[in-house]
Amino acid sequence: MISIIFAILIIIGIVYGMISGNVEVINNEIFNSSKKALNMILEIMPVLVIWMGLMQIADDSKLLDKISKLISKPLRLLFPTIPKGHKSLGLIASNIAVNMLGLGSAATPLGLKAMKSLQELNKKKDVASDAMITFLVINTSGVTLIPTTVISLRLLHKSNNPYIIIPSAFLATTIATIGGLLYDYFKRRRNK
Amino acid sequence: MKIVSIVILPVIVLFIIVYGSLKKIDIYNSFIKGAKEGLVTTFNIFPYIVSMVFAVNIFTKSNFLSFIFRPIEPLLNNLNISSSIFPLIFLRPISGNGSLVVLNNILAVNPDNFTSLLASTIQGSTDTTIYILSLYFGSVGIKKIRYALKAGLFADIIGIIFSFVIVYLLFS
Repeated sequence: MISIIFAILIIIGIVYGMISGNVEVINNEIFNSSKKALNMILEIMPVLVIWMGLMQIADDSKLLDKISKLISKPLRLLFPTIPKGHKSLGLIASNIAVNMLGLGSAATPLGLKAMKSLQELNKKKDVASDAMITFLVINTSGVTLIPTTVISLRLLHKSNNPYIIIPSAFLATTIATIGGLLYDYFKRRRNK
Repeated sequence: MKIVSIVILPVIVLFIIVYGSLKKIDIYNSFIKGAKEGLVTTFNIFPYIVSMVFAVNIFTKSNFLSFIFRPIEPLLNNLNISSSIFPLIFLRPISGNGSLVVLNNILAVNPDNFTSLLASTIQGSTDTTIYILSLYFGSVGIKKIRYALKAGLFADIIGIIFSFVIVYLLFS
């Protein structure tokens, strides 16, 4: 699926660029994109290194185990395939919590660790497990309590009320998450 | 609310350090061990990031989006929506930075009109589904993602539809 999206984006981009006489821009983009990606990774790397370091402390001091126990009850309902007390539940929970506070970049390292942990439980190593899909449905539907980047842009453009979209965004994201989870639930039931 | 989002990260860091110290573990060595793991993860995700930036930028720079949405512009005017919202809807699941740039352009016109409120709600309530899927599955070597993309995009569509309904009910 990812291969198809990758191909479609490039094919449409180049073909339309040629038709509309926009080839020069495309030319520049082919070589500049790697530089842009490098800048991006240079921004991500320090956060990833520091956060993974902190998470290792939380892991070694059994803090993750403790958090996992606290919230595993409500989360277990959504992840029946994760064994009781397994650390991936704690990582998933922390990822969701950090995401909710609008700290997307800090949530990514946690999410990647959760995926690694879910992969340990996965029987077919190149096929996504049920738990991975449920986790990513929650993650990609953007459970956000405070959309910090949106608010900062609204402040930048001198909105009369930059925070007014907090309730509407929260309502929309809650409904989206529930919708995604229902889709996941019925899909899983039908596959059995 | 603003204070909460600013304070939460330092509080988490403080709590982890204090908790580790109280449990008398070697927190510095733990940190280094995790940091090394972070470095390895960075190397692992680098090719995925390069590939997404490469494909997304070629696509967006071709101006294909503004070409396909030109015919339905009169209809949108009746609904009080600017067609500038469509690149946002299309880009949101693919590129967080891309959609943020589109949102920025919409807000520059008038941050308090219907289109701006709708765009802000959509950006704030959905996430970069395709990017996250490729990053997360890529980092652990998953090749067959089954129905993950369909489920993620389904949630996004629900989010966008209800963003419109909610903004319409609350603000107009």
